Amino acid sequence: MPNLYLVIPEILLAVSASLLLGFGVSKTKNRAPIVRLIAIAVLVLYSVLSFLLGSQDGEAFKGALIIDGYARYVKFFIGMAAAAGLLLAGDYLEREKLDKYEFSVLTLYAVLGMSIMVSANNLLALYIGVEMQALALYVMAAFNRDSLRASEAGLKYFVLGALSSGLLLYGISLIYGFTGTLNFEAVATSIQSNGLSAGVVAGMVFLLCGLGFKISAAPFHMWTPDVYEGSPTPVTGFFAGAPKFAAIALIARLVMGPFGDITDQWQQVIIVLAVMSMFIGAIGALRQTNIKRLMAYSSIANMGYALVPLAAGTVSGLRGMLIFMTIYLITVIGVFACILQMRIRDGMVERISDLSGISKTNRGMAIAMTAFMLSLMGIPPLLGFFGKLFAFYPAVQSGLTWLVVLALIASVIGAFYYLRVIKTMWFDESEHEFINPVRALSWTSAISALLLIGFVMIPFVARTGQDWISIAATSLF
Amino acid sequence: MIIGLAHYLTVAAILFTIGVFGIFVNRKNVIIILMCVELILLAVNINFVAFSTHMVETGANEPLAGQIFALFILTVAAAEAAVGLAILVVYFRNRGNIAVEDIDLMKG
Repeated sequence: MPNLYLVIPEILLAVSASLLLGFGVSKTKNRAPIVRLIAIAVLVLYSVLSFLLGSQDGEAFKGALIIDGYARYVKFFIGMAAAAGLLLAGDYLEREKLDKYEFSVLTLYAVLGMSIMVSANNLLALYIGVEMQALALYVMAAFNRDSLRASEAGLKYFVLGALSSGLLLYGISLIYGFTGTLNFEAVATSIQSNGLSAGVVAGMVFLLCGLGFKISAAPFHMWTPDVYEGSPTPVTGFFAGAPKFAAIALIARLVMGPFGDITDQWQQVIIVLAVMSMFIGAIGALRQTNIKRLMAYSSIANMGYALVPLAAGTVSGLRGMLIFMTIYLITVIGVFACILQMRIRDGMVERISDLSGISKTNRGMAIAMTAFMLSLMGIPPLLGFFGKLFAFYPAVQSGLTWLVVLALIASVIGAFYYLRVIKTMWFDESEHEFINPVRALSWTSAISALLLIGFVMIPFVARTGQDWISIAATSLF
Repeated sequence: MIIGLAHYLTVAAILFTIGVFGIFVNRKNVIIILMCVELILLAVNINFVAFSTHMVETGANEPLAGQIFALFILTVAAAEAAVGLAILVVYFRNRGNIAVEDIDLMKG
């Protein structure tokens, strides 16, 4: 087993998830919080291990998984986002009487699936990774099993997720049939030597459509608002971050790797997905009153923006995508830390109007939320601006100016609903007071807000950050 | 008539289309949707096995990989059906029926 050390992070996740599952069926008191704490520790350890361990690149399991700078970078943030998600979930689960140890175990399995997706170097590994995270996420969506809305969300997610894996598989079968192999590099060589056949193109389109479901890119976004609204709030926060990053990272690896020579073909698909997502996300959000639904449309729009640099198909485009997604991940964690603080004495509230006047009653949260909204809009001093700058500039460089113009128009439309949230918070009369949040929530929102405002640190932090991202991006070429 | 690769692919494509349409056209029962999902997966399996058996073993071609993939799909399909039915049972407990047109609590 010479290459087993490369997958130590994945093995850590698999083993600890299984052990925690075993521990969970024991009769220990308070096992849910214990399991959760251990799971958070495991996730942090996983991030650190996958980032630091792999000073060497390599392939494990006979080329089924590849560990390179790109995979390491994405895994680090997925692990951290999942750990933050679990940290935020604790208080909510306890108060809603949902605190079961399965939640943490499912998170671990979902992260394992995402980890395999990010490292996939073979269509079989890709499929297994996608299914592994999806199966865990279906259950998490319906985690509040006594709630009609949560179970409806789970059902919708399941049906459309199953359809998307069907599309994905059909695409894989066509690619396998017309290239004769499952390995990414071999697919690329086969396309190079045998020329392009209609079967491969059809397979690629099916594959990208199937993955489009996973990142909730329009026109495959139908499930997103319903699932975001119905699922328990910490689950929604988790959905909005890590799985999206993993799926878009997988799309990037696919289009740069096996389909690297047929840029013209996949570029059209990506551009259509990007344009539709940006506009459906921006326009759909205008009439939402529920903050979770608003965030659903916001994530659809943001996935559209993230696809713009990908459409450029260059190293700098890939860098732009990674930077944009990293900043998006930080913002989303902070936003959901704020949404989880929207609790009055009777329980959670999630209408946008419930935020009215919190600048007087809950100033810290109002400031943090304002920072997130401004960052999502892309207002200059905040990091969100740099995310969009790095995302759109490569597209301009490779001649997709019209696409960037469309993206900017969509951003301006999108600014309306972000500004509406800010206006509600600062200028409307307050309806009720939120009860004091637990420290984990306020700290998380404060930290991610500080990260976004921390533009002053860019010359220092971003130096190393830029190096990481450059290493990550170039390792796909 | 010799049955060749094209025949298998046609059958698989027809089954796949029936499955996809079944999910969208059917307004009655969620169980039918689950059956359509299985139909899609089996169509893909036919594709894989047909490609695998008709593949010439040269160069980088991996004829066996298709059959192995089909086995994996069967396994994952079983897990998926288990999760799907479990969610469906939970939904039924809360809602009292599983008609597709009644799954409309959240809209917009």
